Amino acid sequence: MTTTNPDLQLNHRPGHIKHDGHNLTGFIIFLCSESIIFLAFFSGFALLKITAPEWLPEGVEGLETRLPLINTVVLVSSSFVAYFAERYLHKENLWGFRALWLLTMAMGTYFVYGQYVEWSELPFSLSSGVFGGTFYLLTGFHGLHVITGILLMSLMLYRSFLPNNYAKGEMGVTAVSLFWHFVDVIWIILYILIYVWQRTT
Amino acid sequence: MTSTNYDPRVLKALHPVPGAPDNWKRFFTFNTDAKVIGIQYIALALFFLLVGGLLAMVMRGELITPPADLVDPTVYNGLYTMHGTVMLFLFLFPILNGFNNLLIPTMIGAPDMAFPKVNAAAFWIVPVFGVVLLASFFVPGGPASAGWWSYPPVSIQNPLGHFINGEFLWILAVALSGVSSIMGAVNFVTTIIRMRAPGMGFFRMPVFVWTAWAAQTLQLIGLPALTGGAIMLLFDLSFGTSFFRPEGGGDPVLYQHFFWFYSHPAVYVMVLPVFGIFSELITVYSRKPLFGYKFVALASFVITFLGLIVWVHHMFYSGTPQWMRNIFIVTTMLIAVPTGVKVFAWLGTLWGGKIRLTTPMLFVLGGLVNFILGGITGIMLGTAPVDIHVGNTYFVVAHFHYVIFNTIGFGIFAGIYHWFPKFTGRMYYEGLGKVHFLLTFIGATLNWLPLHWAGLYGMPRRVASYDPEFAIWNVVASIGAFMVGVAAIPFILNIVSSWARGAKAPPNPWNAIGLEWLLPSPPPAENFEDDVPTVISAPYGYGLGQPLVEDEEYYVRRALEA
Repeated sequence: MTTTNPDLQLNHRPGHIKHDGHNLTGFIIFLCSESIIFLAFFSGFALLKITAPEWLPEGVEGLETRLPLINTVVLVSSSFVAYFAERYLHKENLWGFRALWLLTMAMGTYFVYGQYVEWSELPFSLSSGVFGGTFYLLTGFHGLHVITGILLMSLMLYRSFLPNNYAKGEMGVTAVSLFWHFVDVIWIILYILIYVWQRTT
Repeated sequence: MTSTNYDPRVLKALHPVPGAPDNWKRFFTFNTDAKVIGIQYIALALFFLLVGGLLAMVMRGELITPPADLVDPTVYNGLYTMHGTVMLFLFLFPILNGFNNLLIPTMIGAPDMAFPKVNAAAFWIVPVFGVVLLASFFVPGGPASAGWWSYPPVSIQNPLGHFINGEFLWILAVALSGVSSIMGAVNFVTTIIRMRAPGMGFFRMPVFVWTAWAAQTLQLIGLPALTGGAIMLLFDLSFGTSFFRPEGGGDPVLYQHFFWFYSHPAVYVMVLPVFGIFSELITVYSRKPLFGYKFVALASFVITFLGLIVWVHHMFYSGTPQWMRNIFIVTTMLIAVPTGVKVFAWLGTLWGGKIRLTTPMLFVLGGLVNFILGGITGIMLGTAPVDIHVGNTYFVVAHFHYVIFNTIGFGIFAGIYHWFPKFTGRMYYEGLGKVHFLLTFIGATLNWLPLHWAGLYGMPRRVASYDPEFAIWNVVASIGAFMVGVAAIPFILNIVSSWARGAKAPPNPWNAIGLEWLLPSPPPAENFEDDVPTVISAPYGYGLGQPLVEDEEYYVRRALEA
């Protein structure tokens, strides 16, 4: 390539394309796609509930809402905690970030624990008609996302102890906290669909 | 034919690229170069084309006589299910992802994909689920036999009671295919949005990039719905839920909604890139700018949008209420508008052009004629009054094969021939290519044109035996199908022998305009590396005398000297 006519190279301006730094774009596209799977489950749930002749299985009165409400409050507030953790990171206050990040993780873990307690006390199972199936499918699939979120957060926490890891930016933290907000919003919709909208005609 | 200054060692040092005959081993490794991955996808997909084709040959052999004498009806159920599944998930999606891998980075000047490792992982999922799917032939009870759409309640029967059964493996394979496709789609869309050459605004992108973008957007929106439906189907089959079981309060039609919400758009996922290939090739081989470029580009996204709101036309006879039918008849008719815009643009480009009838152009023209036929029968089927009569007959089979093989398949062959010199560095044999085209075109026409009549006269699909009055259509169809099967021989011969010892290809054998033709053949590992051309004009400036990029002569010489 050195043999190229020098006259042609004289005024040549080579162009550049960034190789990396596209992760956040990719992650946002992925989240949009992931939200469709929940949309599919939600619309399936609504359709089955509206059209089912017998919604509740025999011996089931409805769902207890007090414990799930506490769970909801914890999960929704953890989103705000995550937001402030991110602010600390922007201000380069690493310990502040770690403390609040750990608190977010703890709140997420409490949520999973609460789900476990609720599941273990329920009088119906996965195979109790469409009601049981949709209930466990929706809450279980959401729970998997919460657990994934906690695992991702612990990875970010670990990375904050690597020297100079966040000196060049904190894409991973931004992405994980975005994921956490996503999981939160999904839960709010899920709570309204499953726990608030209980009455059947 | 040996060129005098050809030294394999120098060549290898300069660009260790796909196509160099001495390093074929790279195709069997976890390689992150998009061009290696592209060829991996295409080669694997062509292998599965042979597998799916073999299943089709057995089916056409069975259907040459009215009674079920060659294979048992139960086996036949497995054959058509696997034929459809293999062709879609193991041939069409992978081969189009192969084109995306080869063409998107080179056409926009990017060195590679945005996420090369994700890209390689997405590819290696394909052979894994290919094995899972083919393994289902060997489990007790045989492969999935509920048709490629796998409707419950047929699909959730498990008479032998084994946990691992054909249907279970089918769902697993489809789910893995979904994971691979989503990884690919995130990659392609990010690459197109973020990694274009300087000066390449959206309206300077080649149409193939537009159509790939529109198609991958459809994947991102549609595929999760199928995944959701497949998860619920798996639970019904294996874990005792009753989402789709009427006896447990479930609704089998709900599955049809999930399935078609993705699987109708899936047709556009496959046909859109082929529209891109048509647009690229028609301009090159008729030496004219693309008629109405902006409309053709934007029509891709109009198809994406409309493609998402037509799915119920597959369910006109599933107890769908009349008001819902009416809505979906209208949206289905509407989709003819952006598609018609494209067809008119291609005809407008061909009109008065200097047409060169090379093998790829023959496949494009053949595909275009077939597409108009398949499109018109599509409009017929989109009308509920017609569809209720011919739904689930061979008319539907003939229609979608006209779209899927006679259009998409032809476009894929056209693309393979057209870009073969670019990515292998070798010229294919024109004579063998034309034999391949003639056999394919005549065979495909004999195969699927008569089946329209068989369907209109009422021959149901998915049956191994039929009334003798349909025999004549089926004999002609089987002869055609065997011709299509035989056409694989000149194709394979051409690809293998020209890659091994064909004439070395120059950087731009077709005098085409586009960034990929400013690269050497085959392109080096990082394409333009850190010397990316700056785009200064719209694509397809044939006969306009404007350079596509700044210092075009410099890049042309650089490619020649590499």
